[in-house]
Amino acid sequence: MDTVNKIRTSELQLAQKQTYDWVEKGFHLLFLCSAMVGVISVATIAWFLFHEGLPAFQEAGVSELILGREWLPPALFGIFPMIVASLISTAGAVIIGIPIAILTAVFLAELAPKWLADIVRPAVELLAGIPSVVYGFFGLVIIVPAIETLFNIPAGNTILAGIIVLAIMILPTVITISETSLRALPSVYKEGALALGASHIYSIFKVLVPAARSGILTGVALGVARAIGETMAIIMVMGNAPAMPGSILEPARTLTANIAMEMSYATGVHASALYSTGIVLLVFIVLLNASLLYVNRKRSF
Amino acid sequence: MNKLEVNNLNLFYGDNHALKDISLEIPARQVTALIGPSGCGKSTLLRTLNRMNDLVSGVTISGDVKFEGEDIYSDVDVKQLRMRVGMVFQKPNPFPMSIYENVAFGLKAQGMKDKKQLDSIVEESLRGAALWDEVKEQLNTPAFGLSGGQQQRLCIARAIAMQPEVILMDEPTSALDPIATHKIEELMDELRKKFTIVIVTHSMNQAKRISDKTAFFWMGELVEHGETSQIFNQPKDLRTQGYVSGEFG
Repeated sequence: MDTVNKIRTSELQLAQKQTYDWVEKGFHLLFLCSAMVGVISVATIAWFLFHEGLPAFQEAGVSELILGREWLPPALFGIFPMIVASLISTAGAVIIGIPIAILTAVFLAELAPKWLADIVRPAVELLAGIPSVVYGFFGLVIIVPAIETLFNIPAGNTILAGIIVLAIMILPTVITISETSLRALPSVYKEGALALGASHIYSIFKVLVPAARSGILTGVALGVARAIGETMAIIMVMGNAPAMPGSILEPARTLTANIAMEMSYATGVHASALYSTGIVLLVFIVLLNASLLYVNRKRSF
Repeated sequence: MNKLEVNNLNLFYGDNHALKDISLEIPARQVTALIGPSGCGKSTLLRTLNRMNDLVSGVTISGDVKFEGEDIYSDVDVKQLRMRVGMVFQKPNPFPMSIYENVAFGLKAQGMKDKKQLDSIVEESLRGAALWDEVKEQLNTPAFGLSGGQQQRLCIARAIAMQPEVILMDEPTSALDPIATHKIEELMDELRKKFTIVIVTHSMNQAKRISDKTAFFWMGELVEHGETSQIFNQPKDLRTQGYVSGEFG
């Protein structure tokens, strides 16, 4: 109080504008610099990928590289089978994982009694912290043999094994973000729906989930990004043959696995082709984010 | 004929005794206003009438609430109760969907699929809420595009689409400007012909203007209830007198 009075009484008139507010400007700069770290990183990564990867496109040809079906370095650099493998394993993980994740999120946010939610939620969070090499190990010991027995095939290292491991890996991201966005909804949605005599389940699917749509889609996009970018676990369970897979019960090599497995010894055009594999991955992620933006904008009420 | 009857109702939130031995009759096709200072229990009482308090954990209730003579806290289907006792909330709460879908929501939740029938009920309900002329060209646009007052009338339309017998209104105009408030009040004058209305309001002028019966609550107790004119002109209790004359609250 004293300080306030002192300021008030000592200067009856409003003080002159200070010439330059260093503290204010300093913090502005600090915030700006922090924000720039992310932007600069992404720009650097993109520049470096294109710088290293473009020679392969020039050397081998864009269509030969992207649509080529044979990967025989240093002669043929077709990554089409890997594009297919990445897309199929990601799509499969999404088809299995996303419904489970969204139902779990609804269960945690709306249906589970507190004691049960208090068990499920930490378990899910723990799942997020498990390193991908451990997932790979789990896939190798449990899922791969299970597929061998179930489908009676000699080697269980297949796309299906990859799909199952990825589906589990994306669960925590999608569950946590979806649950948070469901919980963030104002209670008036639920009350409004119930007050009209709608059942709890009907209210959840017709009002709450659509209302939390943009948050849930963000979770889905992050899950997809994780699935398409996953490397270690995939290398361990998918067999990694660079040939075009005939079904999900055959081994395949994803884009990420291709880079990780050959980078240590590749030189020249071969190395450059691995960078161009990275470019293709980057393009996928950009497309994913763009379509998320588009969907969110198109139908936002 | 009393539409709703509350007998010796006690309600606790945990240890907090929120409603103390309330007994109140709500006559059919009249507007009953519940007034009193914040935290006096009037909204809580309103929410016991369609069992919205069921959503709050740790609520215990004794005494009974009768809807047409039937105890709603005995073994009744809550969904049916809520179809017959509709509710309009303090803040307009349209769902994130089109105007049409908002009005049709409750009907679709009951499995009504006949497009023609839905169309006609949606139109009838929007007319009933004095909103049809303003929105008939834009039924398929998002409800969030409407103004606050229009949104609240949409919520009323959504409630009357279920053809309820009672409409509970929890401070329905407190988030609206005076012109929108006036429109809602005019609308309520129409609605009272068909529905039994119970309204919680902070505005004593509103209670005076629109209600037939008024009940005054004070710290969880029902202090006094009766004809609105009696409550405002010849209150029997000193606390009622103090509140309606604006001395406190």
